[in-house]
Amino acid sequence: MDYGHSERPADAVPLPTAIKILIAGGFGVGKTTMVGAVSETRPLRTEEVLTETGVGIDDLSGVEGKTTTTVAMDFGRITISDDLVLYLFGTPGQDRFWFVWDELALGALGAVVLADTRRLADCFPSIDYFEGRGTPFVVAVNCFEGARQYRLDEVQAALNLDPGVPVLLCDARQRESSKEVLITLMEHAMKTRESRRRAASAE
Amino acid sequence: MTAPGESTEEQWVDDHAGPVVRPYAVTRGRARPVTGTFDLISLVTATRAEASPEVGLGPEHLAIVALCQRLQSVAEVAAHLDLPVGTIRVLLGDLVARDLVEVREPRVTAGLPDDSIFEAVINGLRAL
Repeated sequence: MDYGHSERPADAVPLPTAIKILIAGGFGVGKTTMVGAVSETRPLRTEEVLTETGVGIDDLSGVEGKTTTTVAMDFGRITISDDLVLYLFGTPGQDRFWFVWDELALGALGAVVLADTRRLADCFPSIDYFEGRGTPFVVAVNCFEGARQYRLDEVQAALNLDPGVPVLLCDARQRESSKEVLITLMEHAMKTRESRRRAASAE
Repeated sequence: MTAPGESTEEQWVDDHAGPVVRPYAVTRGRARPVTGTFDLISLVTATRAEASPEVGLGPEHLAIVALCQRLQSVAEVAAHLDLPVGTIRVLLGDLVARDLVEVREPRVTAGLPDDSIFEAVINGLRAL
């Protein structure tokens, strides 16, 4: 890649590298809350205007002229160091926007799947998606007040997860708790990477 | 005047009235940038302190140069200018073509990141 065309002084520090982590899960599970809990800025919102709607999903009869739809994504930023900036993206809640997910998942270090035990099925599509894509992920059970507490192994079994996938409790409103989730995810992603490397060299 | 974010259902003033110029008009009808792909986390920085108005540059172009005095991702530029990402990509393409901004694409094509990135992120998070 060449960046040789700028007026930046020769002694300018090189631009940092950006990386991203996705926060997925069902509607209202606390994705944006978690982004806000750890982000150095308030969560920002960006919109993607799509010119082709979900063919076969949306019934366009009668409104054929309407070919745009808007997908909103909330995100936050954590400056790790002078040369590393981490972005956290809440995935769009509507499952039909898979193509937006594909763009978001490209190059993502990993994903947090937020779960609410009162509506556990809401996180199935996210889990299926990351399993299918091979994106390392952890399941974080957001502890809502009034929700019955389940043991983590019960959640693991209910979600039919690979035993290697970490499942942990969290409070998405709390910075420390959300940080812990992200750290667990990064450790898991490193382990996944290591075992894949070993499997590849054993072949 | 109302504070930003305050709900004003009866009053349609300022931002509440919606954009004055439609996004498609901001790009003068162009849906694709003249150059570049611009991932959401591509980082953008201005190459000069300010861009002077010139033919082909609109107020949104100048606003991006002003905003990117401090490093911003494409997603942040879109959020701050309150324009769709697709529109921002077109505007950034114009600015790259004029050498007014510099863009660093994320390392997605170079395969998986190395362990040092994970370690840096873990340490960075612990230090927050």
